[in-house]
Amino acid sequence: MQPIISIQGISKTYRPRGKVGAFQALKPIDLEIQNGEIFALLGPNGAGKTTLISIICGLVNATTGTVTVAGHDIVRDYRAVRRLIGLVPQELHTDAFETVWKTATHSRGLWGMPRNDAHIEKVLRDLTLWEKKDNRVMMLSGGMKRRLMIAKALAHEPKVLFLDEPTAGVDVELRQDMWNLVRSLRAGGVTVILTTHYIQEAEQMADRIGVINKGSLILVENKAALMHKLGRKQLNLRLHQKIETVPGSLAPYKLAIAADGMELVYVYDTEAEHSDITMLLQDLATAGIGFKDLVTKQSSLEEIFVGLVREQK
Amino acid sequence: MNFIAIQSIYKFEMSRWFRTVGQSILSPVISTSLYFVVFGAAIGSRFGESIGGDGGSTVSYGSFIVPGLIMLMLLTQSTANASFGIYFPKFTGTIYEIMSAPVSYLEIVAGYVGAAATKSILLGLIILVTANLFVPVHIVHPVWMILFLLLTAGTFSLLGFIIGIWADGFEKLQLVPMLIITPLTFLGGTFYAIEMLPPVWQKLALLNPVVYLVSGFRWSFYGISDVSIGLSLGMTLVFLGACLVIVARIFQTGYRLKQ
Ligand SMILES: Nc1ncnc2c1ncn2[C@@H]1O[C@H](COP(=O)(O)OP(=O)(O)OP(=O)(O)O)[C@@H](O)[C@H]1O
Ligand SMILES: [Mg+2]
Repeated sequence: MQPIISIQGISKTYRPRGKVGAFQALKPIDLEIQNGEIFALLGPNGAGKTTLISIICGLVNATTGTVTVAGHDIVRDYRAVRRLIGLVPQELHTDAFETVWKTATHSRGLWGMPRNDAHIEKVLRDLTLWEKKDNRVMMLSGGMKRRLMIAKALAHEPKVLFLDEPTAGVDVELRQDMWNLVRSLRAGGVTVILTTHYIQEAEQMADRIGVINKGSLILVENKAALMHKLGRKQLNLRLHQKIETVPGSLAPYKLAIAADGMELVYVYDTEAEHSDITMLLQDLATAGIGFKDLVTKQSSLEEIFVGLVREQK
Repeated sequence: MNFIAIQSIYKFEMSRWFRTVGQSILSPVISTSLYFVVFGAAIGSRFGESIGGDGGSTVSYGSFIVPGLIMLMLLTQSTANASFGIYFPKFTGTIYEIMSAPVSYLEIVAGYVGAAATKSILLGLIILVTANLFVPVHIVHPVWMILFLLLTAGTFSLLGFIIGIWADGFEKLQLVPMLIITPLTFLGGTFYAIEMLPPVWQKLALLNPVVYLVSGFRWSFYGISDVSIGLSLGMTLVFLGACLVIVARIFQTGYRLKQ
C-alpha cells in the first residue's frame, strides 16, 4: 500500500492575539496514513488531535512542516487536496434555520460537484436522516446533528474522511450503525482518520492506532500490537478481614495492599496467553483469604500514557 | 474557477434573505416614506423649491434628495448585509466548511459579496419606485445610473465583508456602520448640494468619499453634480480597488480566519 497522507515535521504553536504567551500544541510530527486504512488517533483532552486534523484540512496554519495528500501539497495545491477530503469536526456547527436537505446539497455545491439528488438521498438514508430531510436543523437532536455533519462531509464523495470524535453524543445503537457505515466506506476505498478518547473504540474500529499526548505522537502501531501493550487491567479484591502482609504463597502475583489492608490489587494483562485470575482466586482460597467483592478496571488512558512515556525514555 | 461553489454560496445567502424578505423590504419602504413625509412637513413649501444644475437644468428639492436616499440605503444595506453574511458563519462555526472546501478567496468573496450587493440593489430599486410615488423622478443617464448602482453596492458589500471578518462581536459589527458610514453619508451631500455649504466646509467635504458617490449618482438622474462625473467614477474605482486589496491580504494571511 502507498501512503495517501504524508505528514513531515508538522508542528503548531498557537500565539494568542494581543496577549503574550505562545503555546506549542504540536511538537514536530511525522506520520504516514496508508491508502484505504482506518486510522485512529487516540489521546486525552488537549493532546493535539483536533489541531493535527485542522492543519491537514486547511483550518489552521502549521508553524513548521509539510503535508501532502495523494502527492499534493496542502498549501500549494489546496484545491486538489481539499477535493479529496471530507471533514466532520468535533463541535456541532450547523445552520440552524436551514433544512437538512438544503445544508447537505449546499456542501456538495461548495465542493464544486454537480447536483446529484440520488447521492444525497442515499447518504441521508444511510445516516437515518431521510425522514428529517425537510426539517430545519434546529429541530434535530444532538445525535442527529452529528449525523448531519457526517452527511454533509459525505455529500461530496470524499476519498479521505476525517471524523473528529464521531461518537460523542451518539447512542450505542447508532454508534454501531456508524461503525458499519465507516467500514462500508472503507470497503469502497475511502481512507478514514478518526479521533477518540477511548481505547475500546480505537480497538473496535481501527486498523492502526496512533497514540498522541501533550502534542507528541508517542507511538504508531497496528492494532493488535498496541492492544497487547495497552491491555493491562487491574483487579481490586475487597477483603472480609484486614491483612497486614501478603502471604508468601501469593508472592508470584505481585499483589499490592490497598485501603488500609482491606483491599488487594492485582495488575494483569488481558492479552496474555493465559490469564492467571482463576489460579489467583484458587490460591487466595487456599491461603484462607476471603473477599466480599471484586472490581476490575481498565487502566485509564492517562495512566497508560504516563507509562508509555516513561517506557520511551 | 469553481463556479458551482460561487453559485452555491450565492443561493444559500439569498435563501437566507428570502426567508425574512417581508421585513427586509418593508423597513426601507417605510423609512423612505418617512423621509418624504417628515421633510415635507418640516420644510413645507420650500420642499418644492428648485436647486439648479450646471447646465441650467433645475430640480425640486424633493426630487433632489431621491438619489441621496437611495445611496444612503445602498451604503448601509450593503455593509450590513455583507458584514452579517460572513460574520454569522464565523459566529456559529459553520465557516469551517467554507475554509476546508476547494474554493479560492475570490470565489468566496464573489458568492458573499455578490449576494449582499444583489440584496441592496433590489432594495435601492424598491426605494426608487417608492420615491416616485411622492415626487417626480426622472433618469437622464440610465446606463450611468446602473453603473453607479452596481459599483457602489459592490464596493460597500466588500467593505461590509471586511468588517464582518474583522469583527469578533456583534457590537463591533455595528460600530463601523454607526460611527463611520452613517455620518459620512449624512455629511456627503445626501440631502443638500455641496455648494450650499460655507467655503471651508466645501473643501473638507471633498475628503469624504461618499460625496463622489452621491454626486455621480445624482448626475446620472438629473445631470447636476457637485464634482465632475469622471472624478466621481475615478474615486469609486479607487475605493473598490482598496477594498479588493484588503480582502486579498485577509485571505493570504488568514487574518481572523485561521490560527
Ligand atoms: N485556537 C487556539 N488557541 C490557543 N490554543 C489552542 C487553540 N486551539 C487549541 N489550543 C490548545 O492546543 C492544545 C491541543 O488542542 P486540541 O484541540 O488539538 O486537542 P484535542 O486532542 O483535540 O483535545 P480534545 O480531545 O479535548 O478534543 C490544547 O492545549 C488547547 O488548549
Ligand atoms: Mg479535539
